Amino acid sequence: MEIYIKGIGNISPQNTFNNEYFLEEIAEYQDDYLKCIEPVYKKYIKPMLLRRMSRIIKMGIYAAKVSLDDANIDIPDAIISGTGLGCIEDTEKFLSSMIINNERLLNPTPFIQSTHNTISAQIALMLKCHNYNYTYVHRGISFESALLDSMMLLRENSANNVLVGGVDEITHNSFLITKRLGHWKNLSINNLELLNNKTRGSIAGEGAAFFVLSNIDSKQNYAKIKSVSTFYKPENYKTVKDNITEFLKNAEIKINNIDLIILGLNGDTKYDDIYYQLMNNYFKNKNFAYYKHLCGEYHTSSSFVLWLGAKILKSQFIPDIVKLNKQQDKPIKNILIYNHYKNINHSLILMTGC
Amino acid sequence: MSDKVYITGIGIISSIGENTDVVLNSLNLTATGIGFTNYLNTIHRNELPVAEVKVSNNELLEIAGLADKQAYTRTALLGMIAAKEAVINSGIKDISEMQTGLVSATSVGGMDKSEHFFSKFIKDNKAGKLNDMITHDCGDSTEKIADHLGIKDYITTISTACSSSANSIMLGARLIKNGILDRVLAGGTDSLTLFTINGFNTLMILDKNGCKPFDKNRNGLTLGEGAGFLVLESERAVNSANKEILCELKGYGNACDAYHQTASSPEGYGAYLAMKKAIDMSRLSIEKIDYINAHGTGTLNNDLSEGKAIEKLFGSKIPKLSSTKGFTGHTLGAAGGIEAVLSVLSIKYQIIFPNLNFSQRMKELNFNPVINLIENAKVNNVLSNSFGFGGNNTTLIFSKV
Repeated sequence: MEIYIKGIGNISPQNTFNNEYFLEEIAEYQDDYLKCIEPVYKKYIKPMLLRRMSRIIKMGIYAAKVSLDDANIDIPDAIISGTGLGCIEDTEKFLSSMIINNERLLNPTPFIQSTHNTISAQIALMLKCHNYNYTYVHRGISFESALLDSMMLLRENSANNVLVGGVDEITHNSFLITKRLGHWKNLSINNLELLNNKTRGSIAGEGAAFFVLSNIDSKQNYAKIKSVSTFYKPENYKTVKDNITEFLKNAEIKINNIDLIILGLNGDTKYDDIYYQLMNNYFKNKNFAYYKHLCGEYHTSSSFVLWLGAKILKSQFIPDIVKLNKQQDKPIKNILIYNHYKNINHSLILMTGC
Repeated sequence: MSDKVYITGIGIISSIGENTDVVLNSLNLTATGIGFTNYLNTIHRNELPVAEVKVSNNELLEIAGLADKQAYTRTALLGMIAAKEAVINSGIKDISEMQTGLVSATSVGGMDKSEHFFSKFIKDNKAGKLNDMITHDCGDSTEKIADHLGIKDYITTISTACSSSANSIMLGARLIKNGILDRVLAGGTDSLTLFTINGFNTLMILDKNGCKPFDKNRNGLTLGEGAGFLVLESERAVNSANKEILCELKGYGNACDAYHQTASSPEGYGAYLAMKKAIDMSRLSIEKIDYINAHGTGTLNNDLSEGKAIEKLFGSKIPKLSSTKGFTGHTLGAAGGIEAVLSVLSIKYQIIFPNLNFSQRMKELNFNPVINLIENAKVNNVLSNSFGFGGNNTTLIFSKV
């Protein structure tokens, strides 16, 4: 059974929420972190509801609605999201007021909206969708877990159309804490210079990207997802390579037939080494692209790259801004995406054109 | 591919015991785990009862055989202990002999340590021990369990509020049925935190006298903590090792109430759908369900909504039913895992657990829960409900083999 991407919706630090555009204008930042360019939400969310919603909920619902409209689907057969940290703005709000007010006279709203399943639940509530509803929360593979589940549902024939997305938000406090933990560069750099800096740390980002996956062929589909796989704490470079080899073998494709490899390079010298080793050896002479200079590093950034892959396959165009090397002009049929989060959670996605 | 999914191991830690034997003993003695906290530094400590695991973090470290005090949240420790018990109970000697996955679940993750960090951080954003923050996210406890047991092949974490670990068991079964894995350790873990006690308290759904599920005078839930895990295996795995089977996971259903972020619909539509899907999948007629381990939190809203959904599905043939939250409290993300273990015990020992603190039937319902322990009961099929905030509802059906 083939699995198609039928609709897309992406809110990111780039101009992506309008599906008519494809990285024509690039947003440049010289900031602590990359924040999403947000749409006017009232197109999809009632003003009364908007007032109580944190950013992550608004972004999630809006991106979900864009992808459903794009796919021309009113009610999906399943709603599945992945989020590394969930609703941290509301979590911080409740935690702070609990501490400051010494556990007295607290407002329940941020507590209610702090649970990780709020986005999937709010989408269901808005659509009055009583179908399968899940939320995955596993660090750097939260979105990939959601994707695997979606593909199983379609293959089981439990669903024909699945709404699946990856969502994470950044707050000032979460940035400060993760900066102290050494996740980000010491000095803020231009995001487009991410790979030139050669220092420790990456640039923080955020985003909400949703997709409608379907097991029904249609002219409007963007691409096929052939396979998704994750692996955990590989011992060394060889284990990484072995996992990729096995992934390609199971997907019945040869490395020579991969037209573009999109890598999760994030500018952190400690973690980018794996990508460079692969580029110089196993992936030698392939066409490479990267994306984290556009959206920043966050747990569900692979939802941004799935959007990128879908756009490339449908338009048969690779924007210069994502190219890592000189590339011949030839049809793009197969895209391999490889990303890892701190060399702990690794993921592979294979996409092909329709 | 495997058509069937078997349970070959169980592990549990809760306020009524640190392992399966102690838990079973407490159930037999109808000894509740609800009381006042020994370990939480909350202003509500003498006013709101909780179902706390009766050992300190240091003692949990000792039970788990670990030394590093800094590295583990209470959520992770509870999970490691229950998950390890399930693996041992399943007779697994070398976990790497077969592709094994871990699907865990939690609602608060490492919040017990984050609270500590935040109390310093909000006064000075350069203060607070960073070690207390690296364990904040939900994936942390899962990776701690995976590393403790040497599981590498597949790991993930689910968070759907109070149905989290029922959903991890359902996903585990689907990973086996889809031929992705032959063996999955599935369940969930949650510890008591100030965050959840205050959160539920602001919603005014904590009963100051301890929960009274399905009682006319029920007035809220009692928060608990703990962890529950099952070892799920494919037919091939069970046959190749000639393993003892505890029972089969015959049905599961997931649906969304889509009514309100925290409240359930009065008629329990989502609950009805989840139960209906699970029963349809199990191909059992409703008369074959011998026992319902209800979600039964003791809130006005849940018990009415769940009760109505059960009446709609079962009509006048309502099976024996109880909520075991009067023993364990409501353990949030761990509840589905803990109650799955109790469902397996019900089948294994042919017993039905009482619904504690029940005295008067709700005027809206026409059934009573079981109030005394039933021994030598005929229990072939157990239906277990887990419902959560966001309308995330899941039902599992366990069957004797």
